[in-house]
Amino acid sequence: MSHTGNVVMKKLGLLAFAVCVGWAVSASADEAVSIRLGAAVSLSGKYSSNGVYTRNGYDLAVARINERGGVKVGDKTYKLEVVYYDDESTPARGAQLAERLIQQDGVKFLLGPYSSGLTEAMAPVTEKYGVPMVEANGAAVSLFQKGYKYLFAVLTTTDQYLKGAVEVAAARSADPSKLKVAMAFENDPFSQDVRAGVTADAKRFGMKIVIDDKLPPDLNDMSATLTKVKLLKPDLLIVSGHEKGAATAVRQMADQRVNVPMVAMTHCDSARIAETLGKSAEYVLCAAQWAPSLSYSDDLFGSASDYAALYEKTYNETAPYQAAESSAAVQVFADAFTRAGTLDPKAVRDALATTDIQSFYGPVRIDETGKNAGKPTILFQVQDGKYVVVYPEKWAEAKLRAPIPTWDKR
Amino acid sequence: MVDNFLLLVQNPNFALDVVLNGLLAGAIFALAAYGMSLVWGVLNIVNIVQGELVVLGGYIAYAALSHGVPAYAALPVSALAMFAIGWGLYYTVIFRVVDKDLFISILATFGLSIVIQQLTNTIFGSDVRSFDTGLGSFYMLDGAVTVAWIKVIAFVLAMVSGGVLWLFLRHARLGQAIRATAQNPRAAHILGINTDRVYAMTYGLNGALCGAAGSLAVMAWTIHPYIGLPYTVRSFMIVVVAGLGNVGGVVVAGLSLGALENVAGFVLGAEYQIAFVFTLMVLILVWRNWRAARRRTYLS
Repeated sequence: MSHTGNVVMKKLGLLAFAVCVGWAVSASADEAVSIRLGAAVSLSGKYSSNGVYTRNGYDLAVARINERGGVKVGDKTYKLEVVYYDDESTPARGAQLAERLIQQDGVKFLLGPYSSGLTEAMAPVTEKYGVPMVEANGAAVSLFQKGYKYLFAVLTTTDQYLKGAVEVAAARSADPSKLKVAMAFENDPFSQDVRAGVTADAKRFGMKIVIDDKLPPDLNDMSATLTKVKLLKPDLLIVSGHEKGAATAVRQMADQRVNVPMVAMTHCDSARIAETLGKSAEYVLCAAQWAPSLSYSDDLFGSASDYAALYEKTYNETAPYQAAESSAAVQVFADAFTRAGTLDPKAVRDALATTDIQSFYGPVRIDETGKNAGKPTILFQVQDGKYVVVYPEKWAEAKLRAPIPTWDKR
Repeated sequence: MVDNFLLLVQNPNFALDVVLNGLLAGAIFALAAYGMSLVWGVLNIVNIVQGELVVLGGYIAYAALSHGVPAYAALPVSALAMFAIGWGLYYTVIFRVVDKDLFISILATFGLSIVIQQLTNTIFGSDVRSFDTGLGSFYMLDGAVTVAWIKVIAFVLAMVSGGVLWLFLRHARLGQAIRATAQNPRAAHILGINTDRVYAMTYGLNGALCGAAGSLAVMAWTIHPYIGLPYTVRSFMIVVVAGLGNVGGVVVAGLSLGALENVAGFVLGAEYQIAFVFTLMVLILVWRNWRAARRRTYLS
């Protein structure tokens, strides 16, 4: 190597050293004033739209909390910041990223990913390192039957999702044990959880299950199941197969003019059935975690509708419940930091386990398994092209329209 | 399972509904399978990306529809766009694997399928799409049989496209060149046929067929970026059953597959509908292999 080359190399080396020192200094300075939360969310792959909602929800809450001065822990006040990675909607990647966030980035607190599958993949990692994770988008009841100590959820678990529909049908009937129920659930953990809840409830009322189909994940045609529905004339049809299940069911029920007095589904709001499928979607009941019209409120965001307005102003779209619950997860963390009075993960974990707050998203009361036992799921009904809360009656905006008129009268 | 079967036997009207809806679904599979049969026969490539091309065609039609293009024009728009995309794909990727080992071309098209899946997801989002043409349904036998008009239109269009394709391959200059290239590319080349151009046209034509199938799928069913594989698998099955270059066989195999699948879904339950398709495919492959082996012994 030539002489000048050597000098250049030395200068470069010095520069690199200076940069490193500068970075280290600023990093340690940052650490003193901010708490870093880690999150792997799906920004690409099949969950990308919901992954973005999740990130938006986290960002909105972090921005709001920082605007208000930050989180008080002991006698210091910290700002929040989130380190994000894209888990590509694959569980294996999610587990890797959890490892990376904890080991390489030194994050001590994790926010959950989108979907039960990814949460299931990441939970063993956070458990291993004793890092508390508050998640807002993994509702599978199985997550909370494994004895995890560091996993907490703000949402109501899936087995509760469509219980309301069974209850409504039972309440409207003189003899619930005469009712016939048809079920079509996708063969995935989420939908099968919903199915377990519905089956237990139907059994409780002595209802008869006449159809129990498991939809394959790549099915986009359920006409065979619907013909069976036409033939067996159930009183209640329940469908759960994520957005594609909802869209396919609504579409094909109209095409095949399937008459059922009551129809309930999951994911119909995120599938935008009222917006894209118009009249076909009328009367459908949808299970949801949250709605902007509910009368919940807190000090940070105000009421549920204030949150929705803020979200809409920030992101130019209506607030999906996935974003609302994600924001609530950040609030739960902030509350636990303050109550713990320290940033020791163990102490924060203990504080999280006794969470009992009221938020714009609803009450969050963590039970001994880590899930939120304080909040009911609600049922929307599509009425005149809008999603209107009809159940539970305490928060209902409008009366349930039932039974559904037959297609020749619609 | 037995009670489901009895239900069908005792209610022939509803059995007709199951079969009819299956047949109409089969027409769309047949449309995608024409393209796969062409590409397989002419380029000797098993086009694993077929289903993704169908989905992409569906999204293009949906984009056109939501920008105010009327339903009858969305199909040609999507078919044209997909012709161009097919042509482009040939000159970027496919031409490199035409004379290569089957394994290489399967890998290449499989890779393409992942790229297109992610691209459709990035461009159009992962939401489920379905476009309601508002044509309604017709019903008969006291509502037992109900079929959406759009499915009937899809059926007719699929059959017409099959007919046009058959005529094109028989009588058009390019169609004859395509058949010549399929039979013996070297001889065709020596006799002055630009085989490279024929390959590109064939792949473009396949794109157009997929575009048509996709547009019909988004109007009659639902699509999302990850629903491509069932279309690939079904096209593959149909081509395996029908044999290469056999348009009539593709129609028959496609329709039967659709009907059988729907009946299986009814009798065995929806969870076995796709499993049934795969089982059927294995059986057919075994049977074909057995028949081919027999034929070889006669020859030797």
